[in-house]
Amino acid sequence: MSKVKTKKHSTFIDMTAMSDVTVLLLTFFMLTATFLPKEPVQVTTPSSVVDIKIPESNLLTILVSPKGHVYLNFDRPADKLAILDKVSQEFKIQFTDKQKKSFLSQPTIGVPISALPKFLDMSVSEQDEVLKANGVPSDSTNNQLKKWIQYGQAVNENLKIAVKSDQTTPYPLIKSVFSTLQDIKANRFNLITTLKGMPAV
Amino acid sequence: MAEVNTGDGGEAKKGKPKKHTLRVDFTPMVDMNMLLITFFMFCTTLSKPQAMDLILPTKDEVKKEDKNKVEDTKAITVILGEKNKVYYYFGKPNYTDPNSLALTNYGPQGLRKMLIERNAVLVNRMRKLRDLKAKKQISEDDFKKQSKEIKNDDAGQVVIIKPTDGATYSNLVDVLDEMQICSIGKYAIVDLTEGDKYLVQNLETGGSLSKQAASK
Repeated sequence: MSKVKTKKHSTFIDMTAMSDVTVLLLTFFMLTATFLPKEPVQVTTPSSVVDIKIPESNLLTILVSPKGHVYLNFDRPADKLAILDKVSQEFKIQFTDKQKKSFLSQPTIGVPISALPKFLDMSVSEQDEVLKANGVPSDSTNNQLKKWIQYGQAVNENLKIAVKSDQTTPYPLIKSVFSTLQDIKANRFNLITTLKGMPAV
Repeated sequence: MAEVNTGDGGEAKKGKPKKHTLRVDFTPMVDMNMLLITFFMFCTTLSKPQAMDLILPTKDEVKKEDKNKVEDTKAITVILGEKNKVYYYFGKPNYTDPNSLALTNYGPQGLRKMLIERNAVLVNRMRKLRDLKAKKQISEDDFKKQSKEIKNDDAGQVVIIKPTDGATYSNLVDVLDEMQICSIGKYAIVDLTEGDKYLVQNLETGGSLSKQAASK
C-alpha cells in the first residue's frame, strides 16, 4: 500500500502586493505633505487649548522675532509678483527678471524696500544672513509693514493674517504690530499657537 | 509574483543545472514603507499649527452713546505684570485701598480658579453641555452652537485685559486661553491707564502711595 502523501504547504507569504500598496500610500503622503517655509528666526509659539487649524491658503504670516524684527510671508506666488509690481510702481524701483525670480524663491520678506534690489541680487545663503540682521521697518515714521499688508489686501481680498511670535517676545513689540493692523482696519486676525490639552474645569 | 523562475521549463535532465527558484522576500521592504508612511502621516497632520482668533476693536472714535457700559458686578480687570505676575480687581478700582488689587499667577490655582468662581453660572452650564457631548447625545454642530450661546449670555463676566510693558507674548496668549477654558465670551484687550499703573505700584510698595496721598 502506498502512503497517502500529505502535500507540503509553503508558509511563504507573498508580500509583493502589500509592498505595492504601501509604496502607493507613501507616494500619496509624500506628495500631499506641505513643507513649512524656511524662517529666518526660529520661534517657539505659545501653547493654547484652541484647536482650530490655521487657514490653508491666502495666508499672510507676520513673524515677530523676540528682538522685534518683523518678517512677512505671503503664501501665494502669484500674489507676490503682483505685490512686487505695486512696490516698484510706488517706490520707483525697477526690478529685473532675475530679481523677480529671486523674490519668488525667497519665502521671507524682511528687508527695507530701499535695500530690496541689492538683497535680491545676493545668493540664497547670503540672503539668509542679511534677513537675520534686518526686518521690515514697522516704526511710525517709516511703516513699511503697513504698506506690505495694504498691497497684499489690494491684490488678494481674501487675505487672512496670522501673527506668529515667540513666547518670550515682550508685549510692546507685539502691541506695535497689533496697532499697525488696527490702523489699516485688519481687526480680525489669528495668533499661531501650538495645541495643548483642555484641562478639566 | 516575487519569484523568478530560472529554469528552462523542461524536465530536469541529468547533467543539466538544477532548477532554481529565486524568491525575494518583501517583508522588510513593507516594514520600511509602513514606517515611512507613519512618519509622513504625522508630519502632515501634526505640523499644522493651531490658530487663535482675535478681534481687536477699531481705532475709530466711538461716540459716547454707542459705548456700552459694563456693570460693575460683572467686570473683572486683569493686569498682566512683569515676571509672570497677574493682578486683578473687580468692578471699579479703589485707589485708596492697596488691597483692592489682588496678585495671582497663571497657574490653574491662580487666575483660572478665580475666573471659574466668578463665572460659575456659565461654567456649570458649559460643563453640562460637555457632558452631553461626551455621552454623544448632541452633535458637534449643536455643541458649537450652544456653547456660543452660553458664552454670549448676559450673565457672563466681562474681562478687561490690560497688559503692561513688562508682559510677554505668552502671557497674553495664556490669558486669552483662560477665556476659552473659563467660558468667557466677552473680553477685550485694552491699553494700560495711569490709574492702573498706580494701583500696581501701590500694591508692590505695600500701600505707601495711598498713605502718602492720605496724609496730604
